[in-house]
Amino acid sequence: MYAYDELDRTLINERVEEFRDQVKRRLSGELTEDEFKMLRLQNGVYLQLHAYMFRIAIPYGTLSSEQLRRLAHVARRYDRGYGHFTTRQNIQFNWIKLAELPDALGDLAEVGIHAMQTSGNNTRNVTSDQWAGVAPGEIEDPRIWSELIRQYTTLHPEFSFLPRKFKFAITASPHDRAAIKIHDIGLRLHRNAEGETGFEVLVGGGLGRTPFIGKTIKPFVHGRDLLSYVEAILRVYNQYGRRDNIYKARIKILVHELGIDKFAKEVEDEWQEMRDSDTALTLDDAMIEDIRSRFTYPAYEKLPHTPEELKKAAHDPLFERWRKNSVSTHKVQGYAIVTLSLKPVGGPPGDATADQMDALADLADKYSFGEIRVGHEQNLALPHVAKRDLPALWNALDKIGLATPNVNLVSDIIACPGLDYCSLANARSIPIAQELTRRFANHETADLIGRLHINISGCINACGHHHVGHIGILGVEKNGEEFYQITIGGRADENAELGALIGPAVPYGEVADVVEDIVEAYLALRARPDELFVDTVKRLGVEPFRERVYATR
Amino acid sequence: MTSPLEQKKIKITGPSVVTANRTWDGIVIYRTARQDWSAKLSDAAIVRTSDEARALLAESVADDVGAVGAYIAPVEIKESGKIKPGNLREHIRLQGVTIDLPVPA
Amino acid sequence: MPLVKDGKITGDEFIHVADDAEVPGGGAILLSSTRFLGDPEALSRRAGKTGVIWPNNRDLDDLVPYLDRLAVVALVFPTFRDGRAYSQARLLRERHNYRGELRATGQVLRDQFLFMLRAGFDSFEVKKPADAEAFAITVKRYSVFYQPTGDGRMTALHRRMMLRHSESASP
Repeated sequence: MYAYDELDRTLINERVEEFRDQVKRRLSGELTEDEFKMLRLQNGVYLQLHAYMFRIAIPYGTLSSEQLRRLAHVARRYDRGYGHFTTRQNIQFNWIKLAELPDALGDLAEVGIHAMQTSGNNTRNVTSDQWAGVAPGEIEDPRIWSELIRQYTTLHPEFSFLPRKFKFAITASPHDRAAIKIHDIGLRLHRNAEGETGFEVLVGGGLGRTPFIGKTIKPFVHGRDLLSYVEAILRVYNQYGRRDNIYKARIKILVHELGIDKFAKEVEDEWQEMRDSDTALTLDDAMIEDIRSRFTYPAYEKLPHTPEELKKAAHDPLFERWRKNSVSTHKVQGYAIVTLSLKPVGGPPGDATADQMDALADLADKYSFGEIRVGHEQNLALPHVAKRDLPALWNALDKIGLATPNVNLVSDIIACPGLDYCSLANARSIPIAQELTRRFANHETADLIGRLHINISGCINACGHHHVGHIGILGVEKNGEEFYQITIGGRADENAELGALIGPAVPYGEVADVVEDIVEAYLALRARPDELFVDTVKRLGVEPFRERVYATR
Repeated sequence: MTSPLEQKKIKITGPSVVTANRTWDGIVIYRTARQDWSAKLSDAAIVRTSDEARALLAESVADDVGAVGAYIAPVEIKESGKIKPGNLREHIRLQGVTIDLPVPA
Repeated sequence: MPLVKDGKITGDEFIHVADDAEVPGGGAILLSSTRFLGDPEALSRRAGKTGVIWPNNRDLDDLVPYLDRLAVVALVFPTFRDGRAYSQARLLRERHNYRGELRATGQVLRDQFLFMLRAGFDSFEVKKPADAEAFAITVKRYSVFYQPTGDGRMTALHRRMMLRHSESASP
């Protein structure tokens, strides 16, 4: 856990009081909606179809049990008893009253939670690997750097009014769980030939109307120079990013229009100019060490690799099924990382009730040193579970509906809130996801299909990351009816790719049938049972899938 | 915010209402014929021409303190006289989500 | 439109001179960038104080040679959403060492005062009188800052370092 100190807490409290004053001025008419809109967005408040929506940051996906309980409290006290985990390590409440928001923020601030910059045209919540600090093979805990960037970007006086929103993601593992290639800036921690740690910096990734995979702007930036290099990128973007057309305002368009080499040169020139200034952002070792020292790790016990409890439980096929897809290797022997599916059959992806949050907070205290993680796949995780506790934990999770054994399988669907909640949406996402989880409710079939990610967005803004779903579903509107475009072959990891359209858009009622046909085509076309869906698409291309799926349509 | 310029472009093709969200709590509201707002669609002022629509919207937008994001939305008027939302989005705004909420209200 | 300078509401001694109007020999005036760049040598050496209104999409390099002869540089916020002038302000102060008055003009609102102050602005043509009156309170809203800028406020990172030093130095 990162422990906020007095300075961090003071700033969060000052932000709450500032927002309280802004809300007061809005309700009294001192501020027009036009003026207030940006101020509320800078603090995570949207207006959706039914009410205001309140988005709270969970920086780099780390939560304490105390914080999770407080989120449950906000869900109950100010909302309708549940929250929605998003694809960027945030939680959203859908029914909040503007007049009560300052109090909700005040309650959250007491446990170090805030909503700063969870929307608006500024640098957003910094996201990272939800297994940070516990994944085997990691170079270093990427949250140290995430926190440095979080602090640096919070209420930045120069970059709070950028042309458009700006998102960072950081990974320090060979396998990218943070989707860095679809972010405005993606950072990959690695070691250079001299053994120093630094970052490969990617820029200009993003989804939405004009999707791009991020391009490498600099293969190695030393850790001490990270902030100054980032500032150079932001300054070039702030000055030259387009402000005449909202659809062309993201940095990806600037990078695309200038070309990566020209953009890189602009950044390099700016960086060289600023490196010697008085306000240089060069980090010294003591500063980095200070942040590092405030991430604390549990006092792990020395435990056997395979405890008796686990051997015994292995006879239970239900436990084994859950263990196989939910339990992952921890860097410390005898411990495991446990992913908790928020994708129950027939449920809305990413939702958790206040009761589930409270119960999970208790389980985290009992089994995971009081720590919970949130991943971009809209699932949660307990990062430090002793393997001997796995059977007991599984039983307890099952009782609160958090042991659906479908992690990374076909029914582990990412979906945005869609037209049921969102004012931008053209079509519904959640009912499509629910129908698909019912179609693939048979866990044996799902095991047979193997790893397959379905991502659903209700509009071109792509909050459901449809472009990078192995199967991507995009809701569009045609003559007042909901239609869905389907792509295949996308992925969000270190081999990130955008999916390709498989055929014409299909109406609401046919989406699940088409997806079933795609999956059947894959089962027939795959070279071996362990050839993943994306690999089959990569090997064969879209055509054989199109032929099979659309032949009879 | 709808600027006067954009309002000029407004053309409606059937009966319509002006809808918005109430500022202090965000709930869905409709502009009434009494220069007020109501949470009930049945209270809404119905406009049938583009001129009427423009006028009702201008009056609604002027209440910047009470309402947020006013716009014109189509409705359907049944033979019984009952007013129904004219599209899925407006149906969802009036009736709520089309799915079961995780916690029953 | 009230002017806030050095934290207080004051009268504005500068007169905006239109591009087609005659430039007076004396007195404090503000000129557009186009007018100024028409004859920068003469205009920057006139007897009265001279200031330039610099648009947020024009390269500062054209202005830099005259900075030490200018009394005011006024940067523009066409809307409060357009943040380009924050970068220009920091560059003028921190890179080009401009020490004259740096004025924020355009849509200058209360909730941006502190950002502007931190970027190096020291005078503000405030759109709403109530905002101008609230200036002093508004800019005291925060006591913790995460980024170093030319305003000299100590960052949280540096304060922590100092705290550590004093802790380890004490017996």
